[in-house]
Amino acid sequence: MITVKCFAQVREISQTEEMSLSFHQNMSIADVQRQLCAQGEQWQKAFSLSPLIACNHIIVSENHVLNEGDEVAFFPPVTGG
Amino acid sequence: MVARVQETPINSDYETAELRRLLKLSGAIVTFCGLVRDFNHLGKIEGISLEHYPGMTEKTLLRLAQQAVKRFELEQVRIIHRVGRIDNAETIVWVGCAAVHRQAAFAGAAYIMDILKQDVPLWKKEHYGESSVWVEAKSTDKDAASRWQK
Repeated sequence: MITVKCFAQVREISQTEEMSLSFHQNMSIADVQRQLCAQGEQWQKAFSLSPLIACNHIIVSENHVLNEGDEVAFFPPVTGG
Repeated sequence: MVARVQETPINSDYETAELRRLLKLSGAIVTFCGLVRDFNHLGKIEGISLEHYPGMTEKTLLRLAQQAVKRFELEQVRIIHRVGRIDNAETIVWVGCAAVHRQAAFAGAAYIMDILKQDVPLWKKEHYGESSVWVEAKSTDKDAASRWQK
């Protein structure tokens, strides 16, 4: 399984804080995005923000290939401090 | 070295004392406090909320503290960031840097704040009565962080 987490505007627009997806070999972040977009318009809207992507707490690109058990997060540019 | 988030108010006097307690070589301490303003470009606000990514936020803060120690030869670094609901005028972030000489302590604190605002997963939402708005990332913050890459 893959865990997907969303934060800030991406969480609100996708209406998802955390969810699980089935893992398959050579699954990329782009595959995750395609799978989520097929689940509803809210995901298409969320990804239209071009969110940053983290895998296991490291910033990655959508070409990143996942492993079983990975945690993927989508969030907007940061605004702390 | 300490880098953490907390939901409770930041006690600047306590954090400064803790930083000083660990020092053996330093001749300079620079501290920075970021505060919640009671206004933005649209008018008055009634506090903010700060969302974070549990796990990644703490790791990124600690890595930033380690980078600052190495880059500026700091003796100690302390970074404390609030999360959750924060009232106007409260401290959002407290940074303390100690070094043998003042230039390194000043540079370390400036570096930490510039990179923190660009890299650490934290998101600010401003409250106005019943409504609230996410704060957008600023290009000036990106420019401030990029000057350290030169």
